[in-house]
Amino acid sequence: MERVMSEWVDIGALEDIPVRGARKVRTPIGCVGVFRTNANEVYALVDACPHKGGPLSEGIVHGRAVTCPLHNWVIALDTGLAQGADEGAVPTVPTRLENGRILIDRAAVTLRAAAE
Amino acid sequence: MAQRLVVIGAGMASGRALEELFALDPDAYDVTLFGAEPRGNYNRLMLSPVLSGEKTYEEIITHDAAWYAANRVTCRFGEAVTAVDRARKVVITAQGETPYDKLIVATGSQPFIIPVPGRDLPGVITFRDLDDVNRMREAAAVPGAKAVVIGGGLLGLEAAAGLRMQGMEVTVLHLMPHLMERQLDPAAAYLLQKELERRGISVRCKANTHAIEGTDKVEGVKLDDGTVIPADIVVMAVGIRPDTALAKEAGLACGRGVHVDDRMVTSDPDVLGVGECVEHDGMVYGLVAPLYEMGRVLARTLVGEAGAYRGSVMNTKLKVTGVDLFSAGDFAEGDDRDEIVFRDPARGVYKRIVLRDDKVIGAVMYGDTADGAWFFGLLKDRTNVAEMRDMLVFGPAFQGGTRLDPMAAVAALPDDAEICGCNGVCKGSIVNAIKTKGLSSLEDVRAHTKASSSCGTCSGLVEQVMAMTLGDGFEAKRNKSLCACTELTHMDVRRLIKSKELKTMPAVMQECGWKTSCGCASCRPALNYYLLCDWPGEYEDDYQSRFINERVHSNIQKDGTFSVVPRMWGGLTNPSELRAIADAAEKYNVPTVKVTGGQRIDLLGVKKEDLPAIWADLNAAGMVSGQAYAKGLRTVKTCVGTDHCRFGTQDSTGLGVKMEKALWGSWTPAKVKMAVTGCPRNCAEATCKDVGVVCVDSGYDLHIGGAAGLHVKETVVLCKLTAEAEVIEYSAAVIQLYREEAQYLHRMYKWIDVVGLDHIKERVVNDADSRKALADRFYYAQRFMQKDPWAERAAEGVHAHEFKPIAEVA
Repeated sequence: MERVMSEWVDIGALEDIPVRGARKVRTPIGCVGVFRTNANEVYALVDACPHKGGPLSEGIVHGRAVTCPLHNWVIALDTGLAQGADEGAVPTVPTRLENGRILIDRAAVTLRAAAE
Repeated sequence: MAQRLVVIGAGMASGRALEELFALDPDAYDVTLFGAEPRGNYNRLMLSPVLSGEKTYEEIITHDAAWYAANRVTCRFGEAVTAVDRARKVVITAQGETPYDKLIVATGSQPFIIPVPGRDLPGVITFRDLDDVNRMREAAAVPGAKAVVIGGGLLGLEAAAGLRMQGMEVTVLHLMPHLMERQLDPAAAYLLQKELERRGISVRCKANTHAIEGTDKVEGVKLDDGTVIPADIVVMAVGIRPDTALAKEAGLACGRGVHVDDRMVTSDPDVLGVGECVEHDGMVYGLVAPLYEMGRVLARTLVGEAGAYRGSVMNTKLKVTGVDLFSAGDFAEGDDRDEIVFRDPARGVYKRIVLRDDKVIGAVMYGDTADGAWFFGLLKDRTNVAEMRDMLVFGPAFQGGTRLDPMAAVAALPDDAEICGCNGVCKGSIVNAIKTKGLSSLEDVRAHTKASSSCGTCSGLVEQVMAMTLGDGFEAKRNKSLCACTELTHMDVRRLIKSKELKTMPAVMQECGWKTSCGCASCRPALNYYLLCDWPGEYEDDYQSRFINERVHSNIQKDGTFSVVPRMWGGLTNPSELRAIADAAEKYNVPTVKVTGGQRIDLLGVKKEDLPAIWADLNAAGMVSGQAYAKGLRTVKTCVGTDHCRFGTQDSTGLGVKMEKALWGSWTPAKVKMAVTGCPRNCAEATCKDVGVVCVDSGYDLHIGGAAGLHVKETVVLCKLTAEAEVIEYSAAVIQLYREEAQYLHRMYKWIDVVGLDHIKERVVNDADSRKALADRFYYAQRFMQKDPWAERAAEGVHAHEFKPIAEVA
């Protein structure tokens, strides 16, 4: 069986996202939130809080985490894990930053075909 | 016979490489060195002190004629290499061809010139070599000359400081929100900016250069916002990029720089690369340490010894006399890492050590960088610091053989050690006061010794002294701090923002000794509000520190859609507004239309990307945002009053409209709801509002402090008034007092519980001057606040990025 090769898709410039902010990307698996930290790092998460599906991309970004706008769950941007006493995780999407452009891994946002 | 080695570029990288080579084997090669500058190798890092006048060119020469002669280097300075023919193994200059066995490409980098109109005007100078420095010094010799430095990075700031020392009037323009953003976090950058401004350098961040103006020479720099800054010279210091032109022309593999492997060999086995022009493992370097490490490896490769370059961990120091600044490694925040932050506001010191898996991975220091090298050593050696963690931030002097605890450190302090810098209180006085006066609480110690009574950042230290003196009898009792980022309470922070004139978020975090570098989701919205309230027209609203509803001026719903509520002044509407609302509801497929408790209409379930369009339609019909999301004035609910009601005593509807028009717009600590009811039957439910007016025959009873939320609170009467204008003035004054004094997220009744009704009466009712001053401050703030946020976004495109996805991936 062939493994899907990583393909990096350019989704925009770092400047398109405010520092400590986020934008959405529409993808076949639904919306993905792309986050820019205070230190200009970029992370991407499936844009749904593990708690009640809140749009994480609308939350406040602090450190390397985002606070969900619906019920204040704090989700780590690098691991997708809920912080503190809350338990849950949201899928992460690999990103790269190259010459000021943000790239995401297409394979991670592609619908998988049914198993053979 | 020795092989022929040709070197293109006589800079610091090739200079160090040659030194290393001659140390390994002085006779292996006959060296020919080409340099574009008409001089040999000098320490480029030291150009800043040459510019400032602290050193001369002669003092920074690293390789003089004698050195080249001693090592039999044939120098061809000022002779530009125009091409390399790799097939025939020769380099070509205007004077002819020079054959090589091995070639080193060390062409360095070119300053980046931003592509704006006027960039070619005489007077636009880069900061790269001695000629640039000489040009700048010439310009500075003219009395009253002005310089604009574009770029607030390492190079730009060194240029700015040097030019200022030469007596020029200097402005630094920086595109990013804070200086040296690649090396510093906002806290350290704040301290740096403060120091530069103290020296008379004007700093403008988020400043985008639109054009360089002038007819036959530079006259000024125009920014995107239209500001023109007069300038006699413009120093372009926005960055450098590897100079790969010659290498590309010669067909060598290049990315951002000339590709080299771990042995510094390019895609041609006989051509090596070193310095700023090369790209190794995806990285290009612009600092000196990596260049030296590369030089060492390159020399070993040339003599056939094993050596491998594995990339560099870098640290930065700003070479401006009197500015102590150090940064190294990775100092981003993250949940997989811990940080230790130490701030000494009185001395202007900030230190932040970033740890992961008990190892130092990054450090930023300002004001006291004596331990920088020690931290850098821990970082490079990946030393496990678990054992010394408690005292790590204090540096090597505090690391004993056994594990120290902070209490032991306090116990070890001499009696004359200063605990409270603001009030000059030493440890001995505190211990003495505790013992002789029998003090047992922090408040007592504050009252008697003044320790920690000013800025409060030493409270923890004072408590440690108390614990040490009182033993087990002491239990720390503290008011609840604002959040985990600080020991200070909301009220401490509000007081300090005013008394120390703190006008930016990094300023607050530094001067108040924040324990994190950029705050959290609890403190950032609070600080943003406090700064906005205290410095109207000066502080720029930080939308990234606002909750989503206030950021996009709509209320988020559980499915991620939004609700839209236009203002209906005093609850009044008319057929054309209703028609426009109906049209908008149909056009944007609004699933739910609901009448709210605040006498207006809520359109629920609007998609985020439709918000600007639906706002534009409602704006066109004369409606503005109802700010149903705001910590600010929501609604003024009214009854119909004397217009229609047989019991009405005053024009309650008319007064409600006037109040809403006067008071909407300003941000407040929490939401503010109002009502005006025409008679004590209270149809408008004024006695459960933050501000309620109950009309009576003789005038108006002004009520405050009601709420009907989590807690149901009945209002208290503030005063009785006789005219509408008075009602509005008193309301404005009481809201301003609430804005200035309350804790973020406290409704008005909580504030009244804290300060007491008498205090409010004293300031608003009994003292006419105080009332007038409060109202004046309120209306001053309103000048900046009374802008319809919907119109700004629908018509002017403010924050367009909020309303559309960045991309779509098919």
